[in-house]
Amino acid sequence: MSTSLLVWIILAPLLGAILNGGLYFYHIKRKAISDLTFSLIGTITPLISFLITLSLFLRMNDEGIIFKQELFTWLSIDKLNIDMTLLGDNLSIFMSMFVTFVGWLIHIYAIGYMKGDNGFGKFFAYFNLFLASMLILVLADNPIILFIGWEGVGVCSYLLIKFYYGNAENIIAANKAFIANRVGDFGFLLGVVTLFFALGEVDLSFGSIEANVANASNELLILSGFLLFVGAMGKSAQVPLYVWLPDAMAGPTPISALIHAATMVTAGVYMVARFHFLYSGIEEIGLFIAYIGAISALFAAVIATRQTDIKKILAYSTMSQLGYMFIAVGLGFYSTGLFHVFTHAFFKAMLFMGAGGVIIALHHEQNIFKIAQHRAQLPIIGATFLIGVIAISGIPPFSGFFSKDAILAAAFQEGQYLIWAIALGTAFLTAFYMFRMYFIMFVAPVKHKTQYVYTSKTITIPLLILAIGAIGAGFLNFPAIFGGEHFVDTWLAQLNSKTIHLSHMTEYILMITSIVVAAAGIYVSYKKYAKFDVSKPEEEVGLIGNKFYVDELYDTLFVQSSKKLSTFIDRVLDDKIIDGFIMNTSSNFVNLGKKVAMIQNANVRFYAAFMLIGMTCIFIYLYITLGL
Amino acid sequence: MISLTSYAFVSMMLFSIGVIGVIARRNIFVIYMSIEMMLNGINLFLVTFARYHFNMDPQVITVMVIAIAAAEAAIFLSVIILLYRSRKSLDTDIFTTLTQGEKS
Repeated sequence: MSTSLLVWIILAPLLGAILNGGLYFYHIKRKAISDLTFSLIGTITPLISFLITLSLFLRMNDEGIIFKQELFTWLSIDKLNIDMTLLGDNLSIFMSMFVTFVGWLIHIYAIGYMKGDNGFGKFFAYFNLFLASMLILVLADNPIILFIGWEGVGVCSYLLIKFYYGNAENIIAANKAFIANRVGDFGFLLGVVTLFFALGEVDLSFGSIEANVANASNELLILSGFLLFVGAMGKSAQVPLYVWLPDAMAGPTPISALIHAATMVTAGVYMVARFHFLYSGIEEIGLFIAYIGAISALFAAVIATRQTDIKKILAYSTMSQLGYMFIAVGLGFYSTGLFHVFTHAFFKAMLFMGAGGVIIALHHEQNIFKIAQHRAQLPIIGATFLIGVIAISGIPPFSGFFSKDAILAAAFQEGQYLIWAIALGTAFLTAFYMFRMYFIMFVAPVKHKTQYVYTSKTITIPLLILAIGAIGAGFLNFPAIFGGEHFVDTWLAQLNSKTIHLSHMTEYILMITSIVVAAAGIYVSYKKYAKFDVSKPEEEVGLIGNKFYVDELYDTLFVQSSKKLSTFIDRVLDDKIIDGFIMNTSSNFVNLGKKVAMIQNANVRFYAAFMLIGMTCIFIYLYITLGL
Repeated sequence: MISLTSYAFVSMMLFSIGVIGVIARRNIFVIYMSIEMMLNGINLFLVTFARYHFNMDPQVITVMVIAIAAAEAAIFLSVIILLYRSRKSLDTDIFTTLTQGEKS
């Protein structure tokens, strides 16, 4: 059913971005504009998006319809037609529901976090643009339009990571994020092109791709599925393109919350779910995705156990949770994966916002041991942080448990016991490192008396709202064995996800196993860190502390080698061979010219002789030709 | 009777001596004289053949050449004076201001 409302979901934050950007220019060039104006524009526009999405959601729920809005034809070249069409089906409305909602809360939070910052207006302009790009990505009806949003979030993350561009490290981090994403984007674009040819050059809307996917050759589909997933690897920070995510922590904390919870990193999972009709046909790639997810989950969890920077721990935990999501979507449990995206958005946004609150309260201190040394009383942040930590660790009845347990059960049911074991191990590590962070920051004994620090309302209220989400979101997909209804699974029925149909006994055993594993992680963490002497902080040393030297490896493999290659091209290929050839040619001409110039030596007698020779030659020629 | 060949031979000798004088000698006066010698060699040649063929046209050219040579002598001598004033020398090899390549 066509509607004119869909476009306003995107346009609202986009207009907000333009308005805020314009006002910010006015602010720096002419007259100062109060932060209130920026924050009003910045927060109302996501709210408008959310309300429109909500109204569409309610209508869809009542009438069971799918919305579609055709705006204009963007490109029309021969057989390739790219229409600017927005699609509001169950999947995209589901995504944009929590993207706009969580995004809106993060916008509110940012008012408190960014208070007094010079770039306040700029920040909100970028923030709105970020949300608009993500919504283009979500609501797009064909992969090319999706790619616009895909690139948009990449650009916005770049702009926001280097928000404090005075610091050279931030710029390097932003460049790293952008370049790592470009590698993935290239894969994505190639994937779309491959798909276009695989399907026999039909028009590229998701509907027609789905209709034609059965006729395409399997090899090309596998190739395109793989290439599209390379894009997802970059965007969703999976092994081996994850390196940008921890460094992306250089930006202000609300950005980390937005990147990790609502936008950007979930794009990869969303994209795989969007192409569910493609991936359900190519199980090999699905399994590959699941393995990449499992490896990323474990890898990130292991690294996170030794990190000391609060935001980097959270960054690695995001990567680890994204690994879970890819396990689910790779194995064909699309709605389960998206359910984890959904619950993760709540508790991860909350964790980041809590971390940001702590960082602000302690004047931009990010090392968890130093945070402990200067501990202050932050009751609301402490409580919500604990909820987030429990939720991500997978303790019932918090939301993380239901979504994570469903993924574990899915891996078990599919007979992928290795993936299941890795995921279970990761669950243990997750509980361990999250509680390590919590215990050190809030529990470990400190010598000084802690003081109450006031936290801005704009920080605490979003935290409390998200806390409700983090506790309650799990019940939206309550397991059937407890008499629950799968609201999310039902809502996303269009994805044809596999469902879990294990025997009740197995399901109980799996649940108890995962609870026990999580509890064991918490226990180990409690033993080690609850009474930890924070005056002797752990250092980031050893193999794990140095993140398995992957950054160094990439540096040697890609950065240094390409530097070497450029040096080679510059010094040898260009200077010696190409320049050598050209300079040699030119100097040959110069030398020849000098030789010729010798004739013009201004020696009169020489000229005379030369003239004589010339005349003689002419006469001889005339004598021969005229035959005189 | 002196044969035609002898006349031609003498005039060619005069011309050749003039050529060698222009090429081989450095003194600008000698070069000038050699040029005159070449002219006179040609004149002799023309006059000889005029007489031989009873045709007066070459003689007209000869008179013309002598007149032009006289005018040329005036210009040539004044140029030589100017050159001498600028360099205090009559050696042609040092007048190389218009050279293009390396000085030789």
